[in-house]
Amino acid sequence: MITQTSSNQAEHIPADLLTEIDESITHYPMSKRSASLPLLHLWQNHFGFIDESGVDWIASKLDLQPINIIELVTFYPWFRQEPAGKTVIRVCRTLPCALAGSYELREKFCSATGVDVHSHSHGFGEAPPTSLDGKFSVEFVECLASCGSAPVCLINDDLHENVTTEDVPSIVTSYDTE
Amino acid sequence: MVSLIPQAHPKERRIIFENISRPGWSNDIETYLAHGGYESLEKALKMPPEEITNLVKAANLRGRGGAGFPAGIKWSFIKRDDGKPHYIVVNADESEPGTFKDRYILHNDPHQLVEGLLIAAYAVNVKLAYIYIRCEFPDAAKIVWNAIQEAKAKGFVGENICGSGFDCDIYVHQGAGAYICGEETSLIESLEGKRPYPRIKPPYFPAVLGLYMSPTIVNNVETLCHVKHIVRLGAEEYAKMGTPGDGGTRTMCVSGDVMKPGYYELPCGAVTLGELIFDICGGMKPGRKLKAVIPGGSSAKVLNSDDVFKIKSKAPDGTMVDKEVAMLDLVMDASSLAAAGTMVGSGGVIVMDDTRSMVWALNNLNQFYAHESCGQCTPCREGSLWMSKMTTRMLAGEGNAQDPATLLNVADNIAGRTICAFGEACAWPTQSFLAKFPKEFAEAVSAPTV
Repeated sequence: MITQTSSNQAEHIPADLLTEIDESITHYPMSKRSASLPLLHLWQNHFGFIDESGVDWIASKLDLQPINIIELVTFYPWFRQEPAGKTVIRVCRTLPCALAGSYELREKFCSATGVDVHSHSHGFGEAPPTSLDGKFSVEFVECLASCGSAPVCLINDDLHENVTTEDVPSIVTSYDTE
Repeated sequence: MVSLIPQAHPKERRIIFENISRPGWSNDIETYLAHGGYESLEKALKMPPEEITNLVKAANLRGRGGAGFPAGIKWSFIKRDDGKPHYIVVNADESEPGTFKDRYILHNDPHQLVEGLLIAAYAVNVKLAYIYIRCEFPDAAKIVWNAIQEAKAKGFVGENICGSGFDCDIYVHQGAGAYICGEETSLIESLEGKRPYPRIKPPYFPAVLGLYMSPTIVNNVETLCHVKHIVRLGAEEYAKMGTPGDGGTRTMCVSGDVMKPGYYELPCGAVTLGELIFDICGGMKPGRKLKAVIPGGSSAKVLNSDDVFKIKSKAPDGTMVDKEVAMLDLVMDASSLAAAGTMVGSGGVIVMDDTRSMVWALNNLNQFYAHESCGQCTPCREGSLWMSKMTTRMLAGEGNAQDPATLLNVADNIAGRTICAFGEACAWPTQSFLAKFPKEFAEAVSAPTV
């Protein structure tokens, strides 16, 4: 259930983000609508999530209706309409990683970061389960395509391979920067 | 960014992974050029485009994304001079559980992909191509984009490529976490900026009504890399590495309960399943026995280690006879695995030993498909969730005696009744696990599973 935030991201777009957005649109000479996903990525990478003002702004920029952006934000698992933790830990749950112990790995990440192990996001733009201090999110994702070095997890942009539960404390510490 | 690349096993024949395996290899264009890079593109640009399509047909190259459709035939569906814009979209959305080969190509040898893509674009008359990379490979998007810029600076991308008069632009496009986008029509819808609901075929074959309703080729990353080598080696040399109907090499990705999981580039038909698991991947962990193998990505039907198949083969006198083939003696190529009722698919081989519960394994896969169903078709949207709920409760010891039959009934009513092949993909695991391990599922509902 998305809680309405009082943020107004569209009023705080920095010049360099605008430049990147305009450049991105030039990659789709046949249809501006194709730039929807790239703009959503740029927006979320900068603001951390996409609020209602962002949805409206992106729709308007691409000559679309807000529904055309909402339908993407509520479908694709990557996008969220509310903030996540500063560091997002995505543990693969699909079969080869599960065989290698990824269920236990996620539990260990939850206990090491204070994320509720019983919490799961329900999609539709919900944020992944997040620690109360806002530092970490931990969620299961589906196959990350590195099954030969299972179990794996994606932490922000970094792939961690052959991760054991013993590795978890030092990994969490390395991302716990203030 | 070359992570530790294992040395080739003697049975491997590395053409796709040859560069990546070189000591000191780096993914920049200078290194690529120093090892014959873009020479195949230059060679191709001097040939009539139709000849390249014929070459790819004669090479017996099957798509390496999972469906295994002959690439040359796919290309020939497009009429070069129909006056319509043509597109190629590279399927770099690698998400089939058990598959992890395209990851290495994108990160470590992006120019091989770019070169293969350009040859294909020339053959099919494409001026605009997109490489759709799953967003869980954030570095790959930057690396591949950088490679395209490097190639552009040297005149291999953009206008008048190598002075040939052929123009082609390439852009990188990122996905956003949805497995269904690996389905070619879903990929196209996603690239158009819409919810990635697959299109029904016919009429929406991409070669007829693809991106922006124009003729489009969707090819897997590895498939396009093979195109470069087909031009380099010639069709005959390439084809004879494999078997009739399945030319060249295939990168097998092995995971699960083996000593040496990883990718292995093998000539099609060169090894049996047993040789792959025991000779190449070091066999089982100490004290364990082989129990089950999923040979072609999670959507492929599972095999029981005790299985024996009746496979039609040619006797010395030329007649077709039924030969009994044990599971481990199955040859790793497209026709052999199809004859065994499964598929070589994406090459993702998932191995399970005798410590594994098949109910648990199927439940894991059912949850995957339930999460990834796009929701467009009722049988899949509802059925994938029902199958997942049933195996979940069976695991919790709350199944009832009807559950195995109900599970099968649900699966049977999904496969063949959906707009796209995801219906088959989510039904086949349930159908095959129930068929191959019936006792385990019966026991799961008569006694609690620990």
